[in-house]
Amino acid sequence: MITNIRRSIVTVLAFTVLFGFLYTFAGTGVAQAFFRGQANGSLTANGSRLIGQDWSKTPCPGHLPGSCVFQGRPDNLGPYSDIGRYKGDSPVGHPGDNPLVANGVAGGSGTTNLGPRSKELLAYTKELVAYWKARGVSPTPDLVTTSASGLDPDITPQDADAEIPMVSRATGISPARLRDLVNQQTQGRPLGFLGSPFVNVLQLNEALAKLRG
Amino acid sequence: MGFFWTIVLLIVTLGLAWRFLGSYMAAVFDGRVTFLGWLERPFYRLLGTSPDREQSWQRYAASTVVFSGVFLLMGYVLMRIQGSLPLNPQHFGGVTQSLDFNTIASFVTNTNWQNYGGETTMSYFSQIGVLTVQQFVSAAVGIAVAIAVTRGFSRRKSPTIGNFWVDITRCLLYILLPIAFVAGIIMVGQGAVQTLAGPVSIHDAMNGVSQTIPRGPAGFMGPIMQLGTNGGGFFNVDLGHPFENPTALTNFVYMWLTLSIPFALTYTFGKMVGSVRHGVALLVAMVLIFGTWVGFTAYAEHQNNPAVAAAGVHSTVGNTEGKNSYFGDTTSALFNVSMTQTSDGAVDSSTDSYNPIGGFGPLSGMMLGEVSPGGVGSGLYTILLYAVIAVFIGGLMIGRTPEYLGKKIQAREVKLAGLAALVMPITVLVLTAVAVSLHAGRAGPLNAGPHGFSEILYAFTSQGNNNGSAMAGLSGNTTFYNVLGGIDMLIGRFGILIPALALGGALAAKNVVPASLGTFRTDNGMFIGLTIGVIVIIGGLTFFPAVSLGPIVEQLSHGKFF
Repeated sequence: MITNIRRSIVTVLAFTVLFGFLYTFAGTGVAQAFFRGQANGSLTANGSRLIGQDWSKTPCPGHLPGSCVFQGRPDNLGPYSDIGRYKGDSPVGHPGDNPLVANGVAGGSGTTNLGPRSKELLAYTKELVAYWKARGVSPTPDLVTTSASGLDPDITPQDADAEIPMVSRATGISPARLRDLVNQQTQGRPLGFLGSPFVNVLQLNEALAKLRG
Repeated sequence: MGFFWTIVLLIVTLGLAWRFLGSYMAAVFDGRVTFLGWLERPFYRLLGTSPDREQSWQRYAASTVVFSGVFLLMGYVLMRIQGSLPLNPQHFGGVTQSLDFNTIASFVTNTNWQNYGGETTMSYFSQIGVLTVQQFVSAAVGIAVAIAVTRGFSRRKSPTIGNFWVDITRCLLYILLPIAFVAGIIMVGQGAVQTLAGPVSIHDAMNGVSQTIPRGPAGFMGPIMQLGTNGGGFFNVDLGHPFENPTALTNFVYMWLTLSIPFALTYTFGKMVGSVRHGVALLVAMVLIFGTWVGFTAYAEHQNNPAVAAAGVHSTVGNTEGKNSYFGDTTSALFNVSMTQTSDGAVDSSTDSYNPIGGFGPLSGMMLGEVSPGGVGSGLYTILLYAVIAVFIGGLMIGRTPEYLGKKIQAREVKLAGLAALVMPITVLVLTAVAVSLHAGRAGPLNAGPHGFSEILYAFTSQGNNNGSAMAGLSGNTTFYNVLGGIDMLIGRFGILIPALALGGALAAKNVVPASLGTFRTDNGMFIGLTIGVIVIIGGLTFFPAVSLGPIVEQLSHGKFF
């Protein structure tokens, strides 16, 4: 018993140094030396390429806000932008029922956690369908459902296509040119078959901004 | 078609791991791999032990328990005082008592259930010095125990089953550390964050959004969390977070890391007992169960979400609620089954938002005791317990004392296997019943109706099986759920681990009976079928009533919303 305790204490200290700190520090060293951009969060001047943003409030003179850009998953849109629903719940210590406080509030990642037969989910989805219909968009499933993190930076090419009428109307750019833009920005599946093809919304909008001059 | 090729690639790469990692692990634990001997030897001297000084099963078990206990205490203290420790750029205070207990029990038992939000609760010090360390160490403990039980089958008239300290050290140095480090480089290259700098604030001039983006050393934590079938991520949403799982390629590598050791251990087992055929028999049983569950779960998730359908949106891409667009529906389902049939429990999509039968897949996978292929080490020793029950039943049918690998399976062995097989279901069902009968328990679920019950049942099933996957709508961070969950995890780990070691010890002491014509074969299709039957019948009969109140009712209530 005493031997076991003594051995355990020595082992705990040695393993904590080696497999906790040395492992992490060596990894951080390699990462910072060879993959600096990725290791620090894939940052651009406008945000992180990997962290989704709320585009729905982008000012678009003469049109509904957010209609002159491509929008991402509705992780912070409509019903889910109302962090007030969870007021009183600090995001700290309530991870289970984490609201979709991803952007704007430091340190949250979350999902709705609403089940497939939830009345609440049904109501929210209807609200989102109405949101898109008001912008002339016939929504795809991704555009009315939230992601696995509340931070999905991507949409599928079909989602982007569905948004083209809205963007075209608000920017005056022809649908054909927007379709070319989406095609240019579409990234294939890794190895040709893993996961789904996707369009990064931040990069798509940066390219759109260039197109508009 | 993409999904088909994903499966093909998974089979090919896991096949290679099975053959080569499997034989490498056998060599490591036989002491034939020595390139880090210069590091090993002084460490054993410091501990006052050596590879030749072996332990009886009682001493092996005592070392396991004391070692885990010391780690538990130290981790508890470090997380309580993290506010006064360095590497805390976000200035988090100490973790509260009950949450701390739940978290450390969770990591020491290889569960990694998260009642905390990584980026909102844990300092970098806690993530590195407590959680990452445990992801290495609890995995090594599981593998060491599986190897010790294997020695029970391979040795004759032996009073000992190995040296715990040597087994965990070798496992860590030769197996876990090198693979995790190489995988970490792949993850960061693909976009995972790996920095000790704090969050970054950025203003986007295009849309007027100001963001505060949490970062941290997630890129190297992910690989060991997966390789050791731990599953507790750096961030709250685990591998759904683009900073930890940035592409479909990293998603695939994470799946491979999780499944590689548990499957490969069947080869290691076969090699060590001198009959690879026996390892293959266990592998086939695992693969058949695994494949069935992947099939129906992926099919269920390829259907539209009922709420989305009722809102008038048609889907050709399945249930997208709670899934990242760059993974897609079937890949997310495959990932989820991979994590719940092992003891990993990581998620890249929201299990709570799965269709009813889609959610039944992960839940029932855990209920089968996580043997297909199960957690690192725990999968092998648990399926061996079921194999013992299977030969016992086979023996009853033909009226002969059954043998497995020439070892007579007698009353003591069957009692130990029976005990281990009953511990998990009893714990899970009793705690679920307690939770649904008390106000504190009923306050937990986010969803109404049968789905709310599923959330509670899922929580105790996951913790009792040391999985860590969650239907995360449950508000688990209450004193009630923290304490009950912590107890659930400790019983689920040691209540099976200790009988397994006792079984190994009892078998090691026996001599081998030569096989004769009347011997019940334990390496053919009949035995595989019998083992699968035992696993499915024990799991099915025990949990069917509970499951029918959750996902099955939910599936049958067409057109109704709660």
